[in-house]
Amino acid sequence: MAIDWNNFTPWLSLAGGVLLGIASALFILLNGRILGISRILGGLITPQTGDIAWRVTFLLGIFAAPLVFGMLAPAEIITAPRIDASYGMIILAGLLVGLGTRYASGCTSGHGVCGLSRLSLRSLVATLSFMAAGFVTVYFIRHLL
Amino acid sequence: MQRLSEFLIGLLFGLGLLLSGMTDPGKVLGFLDLFGLWDPSLAFVMGGAIAVGIFPFALAKKRTTNFFGSALHLPKNDSIDKRLIIGSLVFGAGWGIAGYCPGPALVSMAAGQEKGLTFVIAMLIGMACFEIAERLFHKPKITA
Repeated sequence: MAIDWNNFTPWLSLAGGVLLGIASALFILLNGRILGISRILGGLITPQTGDIAWRVTFLLGIFAAPLVFGMLAPAEIITAPRIDASYGMIILAGLLVGLGTRYASGCTSGHGVCGLSRLSLRSLVATLSFMAAGFVTVYFIRHLL
Repeated sequence: MQRLSEFLIGLLFGLGLLLSGMTDPGKVLGFLDLFGLWDPSLAFVMGGAIAVGIFPFALAKKRTTNFFGSALHLPKNDSIDKRLIIGSLVFGAGWGIAGYCPGPALVSMAAGQEKGLTFVIAMLIGMACFEIAERLFHKPKITA
């Protein structure tokens, strides 16, 4: 294993993680909901009366983030995303992520951040599973294919 | 007030994703590439989030209402079953292929990334497939 020092951003990533933790903590305490993106989104596919508005306002906040980030963040920390996957691979990945997160009832936010914060064994198993699958998939694509 | 709070928390969460580097698929894949040139940054995202989340969630467990006085919805399901593990493995495989998980994909779409939009559409189709499969194979039990 070699460390990629050129791309390593411990402080920005830690600061970003702290914001994610604060948002998740505020959401459960103020709004009484688990901040889990796949569940918030998935609930809109089969909408239930009275259970729609909170999901939509939350998502609008997420959608506003790139604009606000562009205004607030100093230019040197704004980097262009590196998207290597082809459109075919992007579509395959999207299908797998949509299906998998709904079967598992959560993704990186619901299981990874909220679940681990509330010390849920179920979420720990989910997080270890999706991380292991991520490691194996990247190993396969980058080093075997 | 509740609507405003949801919007601002969504915004804060999106800013956290952007600041942390989670919205850059190259960075995510750099973290998942344990056996290549490894970028450990994402471990700091998780560490930071859980470090500040752990006490508020402990407080939430002791409450039955949120600060606005309505119900506090904590997950009741603690079963570790095939659905959880297989679903997570399928999710992780998709995460490893493109470097997007659901939140960052939504942010990338909103930032005008065409591949972000493509991913979100495919993800919604995947979610719809789940709903259809649930209706076909898990018919609700009829209780007398």
